[in-house]
Amino acid sequence: MLVLENVHTHYGKIEALHGVSVEVKKGEIVSLIGANGAGKTTLLMTVCGNPRASSGRVILNGRDITRDPTANIMRSGIAIVPEGRRIFSGLTVEENLHMGGFFNTKAEIRKSQDHAYELFPRLKEREHQRAGTMSGGEQQMLAIGRALMSKPNMIILDEPSLGLAPLVIKQIFEIIGHLRDEGITVFLVEQNAHQALNLADRGYVLETGKIRLQDTGKNLLANPEVQNAYLGG
Amino acid sequence: MAALNFKHALFCAFITLLISYPILGFNLEAKGINVTIVGADTTTILGVLLAAVVVFLFQLFRDQIMGRVGDLRSLTAGKPKEPMAENRRAKIESWVLTGIVVLALFWPFFMSRGAVDLATLVLIYIMLALGLNVVVGLAGLLDLGYVAFYAVGAYTFALLSQYLGVSFWVALPIGALLAAAFGLVLGFPVLRLRGDYLAIVTLGFGEIIRILLNNWTTLTGGPNGIGGIPDPTLFGMEFGRRVKEEGNTSFHETFGIAYSGEHKVIFLYLIALVLAVFTALVIRRFMRMPVGRAWEALREDEIAARSLGLSRTAVKLSAFTIGAFFAGFAGTVFASKQGFISPESFVFLESAIILAIVVLGGMGSQIGVVLAAIAVTILPELAREFSEYRMLIFGAAMVLMMVWRPQGLMPMRRIHIELKKQE
Repeated sequence: MLVLENVHTHYGKIEALHGVSVEVKKGEIVSLIGANGAGKTTLLMTVCGNPRASSGRVILNGRDITRDPTANIMRSGIAIVPEGRRIFSGLTVEENLHMGGFFNTKAEIRKSQDHAYELFPRLKEREHQRAGTMSGGEQQMLAIGRALMSKPNMIILDEPSLGLAPLVIKQIFEIIGHLRDEGITVFLVEQNAHQALNLADRGYVLETGKIRLQDTGKNLLANPEVQNAYLGG
Repeated sequence: MAALNFKHALFCAFITLLISYPILGFNLEAKGINVTIVGADTTTILGVLLAAVVVFLFQLFRDQIMGRVGDLRSLTAGKPKEPMAENRRAKIESWVLTGIVVLALFWPFFMSRGAVDLATLVLIYIMLALGLNVVVGLAGLLDLGYVAFYAVGAYTFALLSQYLGVSFWVALPIGALLAAAFGLVLGFPVLRLRGDYLAIVTLGFGEIIRILLNNWTTLTGGPNGIGGIPDPTLFGMEFGRRVKEEGNTSFHETFGIAYSGEHKVIFLYLIALVLAVFTALVIRRFMRMPVGRAWEALREDEIAARSLGLSRTAVKLSAFTIGAFFAGFAGTVFASKQGFISPESFVFLESAIILAIVVLGGMGSQIGVVLAAIAVTILPELAREFSEYRMLIFGAAMVLMMVWRPQGLMPMRRIHIELKKQE
C-alpha cells in the first residue's frame, strides 16, 4: 500500500534519511521505532511531501507521490495524526472533527462523526467544548478522530502515546488495534517500543537515518539488540 | 511585598519626574536672535509634581487597585458566568441587530449634517475593519499594509472618473475587484511568511503603494491628489444644485422639493450603510462556510491544517483577496464622500487604526469590531476640545483595554450550551 524506496531526505545540506526503504501492506499494523533524532518524524513528513525526498520514491497505492503537493497527498486516502496532537485548540471538538472531513459531503461528515463518537464516547460528551480545554488523552482521541473523518484507508500515527498516562496509552493502543479490525492500515511511529511492537504485525527499527532491523513485531520484541537498546534491557 | 512595592513606586515616580520635568518644565523663548530657556510657571511645576505623586500612589497600591478592577464582573470577560442558551441568544442578537439597522436607516433624517457625515466615516471604517478582520482575526495573518487596498479602491474610482468619466456605481465593483486583485498579487510572495515577517512585508507593500501614488505625478497628480470626484447618483438623479452630466436629472427637481445640501450627505450615508451591512452579511456567510473554518484552522495550527489536506496557498490567498475586496469597496465610498483624495489619506497610521479597531473589538468577532469602529472613530471627534491630547488619550485607552480585556470588547464567541435533560 505504502512503499518507500531508498528515500533520502535533506534539511538544507544535512541529510536526515540515508536511503530508507519501508513497506506497509494493506491491513497491517507496522511500527517504526527509534530513538530521539533517528529520523522517525522526518520519514513521516517525507511521506507527506514536506520536506520532499531528495532522491528515491514514495509510492502510495501504486502511484508515485514523491513529487505531489502536500495537499494532494493528504487527500488521497491517507490521514496523519501529527506528533503532539496539534488539534485546533480554539475550535470546538465538533468543529475540529468537521475540519477533518473538509473535502467530504455533509452526509459523509455526519456519518464519520457518529463513528468517531462511537469510538470515543468521551468526545461526544465534550462536543461543544473548546478543544484546547480538554485533557491530553482526550486531545489525542480527538486528533485520531479528526484523522478518521476523511475516511482514510491508511492512518499514520506519530507518537500517539507522547505525554500520556499509562492507562490512557493502553486505551489508545486498544483503539489502534480496533482500527485494523475495521480494515484501516496503520503505520505507527513510536518511542514506546514495547507497546508498539506488541501490537504490530511487523516492525522497523530506525537508527540515525537508516533502517537497522526489520522483522515481525514478536521477533523484534525478542531480539536481544532491540531489548538492550529500546526496551531497557 | 510592601517594601518591594514601595521601592518600585518610588522608582516610577522618579522616572515620571525625569521625563516630564525637562519636557514641561522649561520653555524656549526667542529674544531677538537668541533663544533662552525659561522655567515654566508654578502651576505647571506643581502639575508635574502632582503627576509624580499620583504615579507613586498608584504604583504603591497597584495590587489592591487592580484587584478591585478585576472583581468588577462586567469588565472581566472569561470569568465564569451562566451562559445563555445558544438559540435564545442568537434570536435576541438577530433582533437587536435588525433593530439597529432599521434605526440607522432613519436617524440621519433627524440629525445634523455634521453628525451624518461623521456616521458615514464610521461606516467606512466598519467596512475596512470587517475586511481586515478576515485577514487578521480569522486567518491570523498580521497585515500592516491594509490601507494599500483602501487606496487602490479610492484611486481606481478617482482615476476612472477623471480619465473615462465612469460613474460611482460602475466604479464600485471595479474598484473592489482591482483591490482584490492586488490582494491576490500580494498574497503570492507572502505565502511562506508568518508573524513578524509577514507584518514587515505587508507594511512595505502599503508604503510602496503610497509612495507610488505620491510620485507617479503624471497619472495620479502626486501629492496634489485628484479632485472633482463625482458624487454617486440615484438612478441617474444627481444631488447637486445643477445637473453636471448630460441626460441626468436632479434629485430635488424630480421630486419637486427644495434643494438642500443635506440630501447628498444623507444619500452617501445610506449608500455606506447598505454597503456596510452587505459587507457584514457576506463575511458572516463566509465565516460559516467551510472556507471560514479553513481560515481559522490555518490560524490555529498550520501544520495540522495542512495534514488534513488543506492547501495553504488557497486558504491564505482567499483570505487576502476577500479582505482586500472590501477595502476596495470602502475606498470607493471614501473617494466619493471626500470628492478629493491624495496619498496623505493612506498613510501607515490608517492601517494602524484599522488594526487597532480589529484588536480592540476582539479578533474575529464581527459585533465587537463594529462597536470598536464606532468607538475609535467617534471618541476622537468628541474629544476635539483636547485635540492636542487626542493620540495620548487614544494610546491610554488602548493600554487600559489590553490590561482589562486583552481579548477585546466582544471576543469571538464559541460557547455552545445545550440544556441536557436531567436523568
